Amino acid sequence: MALISAENVEVRHGATRAVFGVSLAIEPKEIVTIVGPNGSGKSTLLRALIGAVAPHSGTITRAPKLRVGYVPQKLQIDPTLPLTVRRFLNLPKRVPAAVARAALKRTGVDALESRQLSALSGGQLQRVLLARAILNDPQLLVLDEATQGLDQPASADFYRLIETLRDDLGCGVLMVSHELHVVMSATDRVICLNGHICCEGSPEVVTAAPAYRELFGTGTGGALALYRHTHDHDHGDCDNPNHTHDHSHDHKEPAA
Amino acid sequence: MTLLDDFMVRALLAGVGTAMACGALGCFVVWRRMAYFGDATAHAAILGVALALMFSVSVPIGVLVVALAMGLLIGSLSGKTITPDSLLGVLSHSALALGLVAVSLMPSARIDLDAYLFGDILVVTRMDLVVIWGGAAVVCAVLAWKWQALLSEILSNDLAHAAGLSPRVDRLVLTLLIAAVVAVSIKVVGALLITAMLVIPAAAARLISRGPEAMAAYATGIGAVAAIAGLHGARAFGTPAGPSIICAAAGLFLIASVIGRLRG
Repeated sequence: MALISAENVEVRHGATRAVFGVSLAIEPKEIVTIVGPNGSGKSTLLRALIGAVAPHSGTITRAPKLRVGYVPQKLQIDPTLPLTVRRFLNLPKRVPAAVARAALKRTGVDALESRQLSALSGGQLQRVLLARAILNDPQLLVLDEATQGLDQPASADFYRLIETLRDDLGCGVLMVSHELHVVMSATDRVICLNGHICCEGSPEVVTAAPAYRELFGTGTGGALALYRHTHDHDHGDCDNPNHTHDHSHDHKEPAA
Repeated sequence: MTLLDDFMVRALLAGVGTAMACGALGCFVVWRRMAYFGDATAHAAILGVALALMFSVSVPIGVLVVALAMGLLIGSLSGKTITPDSLLGVLSHSALALGLVAVSLMPSARIDLDAYLFGDILVVTRMDLVVIWGGAAVVCAVLAWKWQALLSEILSNDLAHAAGLSPRVDRLVLTLLIAAVVAVSIKVVGALLITAMLVIPAAAARLISRGPEAMAAYATGIGAVAAIAGLHGARAFGTPAGPSIICAAAGLFLIASVIGRLRG
């Protein structure tokens, strides 16, 4: 059965519909990537799936006693809070030293155990966050814009690491990204989100779009290309005519 | 209990008890940037004093209720059209002014305003000691119980949610604890300086700590030393007790920053 599934989910921020009509399911050991422009509701959908926000309507079903390892988009690492990496791994639940050490080793940062969290680089911090997320031997690893702030080689390394973890731990992976061209090499299924699900499929299906091929190479180009591709479909079946695109994004059509 | 008959002993016990209540909670005030929130809550305490006397209920109860109401009001108003710092400025000063006006309407013989603004630790009664140490015990017990959850929520609300915690509820718990600390500390340091007792020891402790537990322990110790030193200073120089305690805390902050600098 699916690890987690959503059925016709709608999430609102006040009167604004951030996410609507979303149905999806994540299967065991599957790597699913949600992509979309800023303001497309990616993070909101993720937060609804982990239970951080309640959906306005629709249902979200998690497998009984599902163990989720969550890697947040960012930590508020306030310099007023003294915290070593080791102590951080004890939040919110304390773990034995051996478990903490093993997780840090898996993500390649076991040398940083006694360092202050606020002294880590972006890449080091991501790996520490990932170590924390795998402490409970998760069935599903959830990552929110995990490579934000990393350069391309570092992102690629990070994604390779996630792939390795998936193979070693046998967990499903659900991540949100705006960098399609990096994600795609590791992912089984891509979901393009813009409030609703515009399209989904294997990376091959998405890459097959000529516009995507044309613009492949830069981060924004990749996103834009994918985005144009999603607007090839008929909007009548999934877009409410009353729905306004009140978030800003580029609707650049190919030159005719 | 002849020892407790000595006003100085009672004063020292009250001061150290207040430091116990303020130490660990003060760390959360620093970590969550709630200093102005603490100020507003403490300023509302003067109104609580006036209302308590008006309705003939005990002062700590009146202060607790009004301080808690202030905390909840701030919590419910934040994040709308006014930025939090402006909102806190509005509420903090309004509460203080309203309290001062309310006090001035009371028959003058019934209230010593200075005592509530600056503390009056030298007339602490045995009942006050029970309130202070009881309050400190409750605050420390709740913080110990909620410690891991509260720390997690500082770092990321989403992470806390993913772990099944409820940050909204825990934020209310912090609000309640701050109101409780205001209620038990007002006699010792006074409404105007309660936030100092929360913030200064914790900020000093930050300079010499590598972990959250160490910081809470240091903050409690620094607060206690400040209380003892401040009270002896107040007696030696005839200065008001509350401000003397805070001056001692400020001195310890300076020492901690030198130690922190030397350690690199």
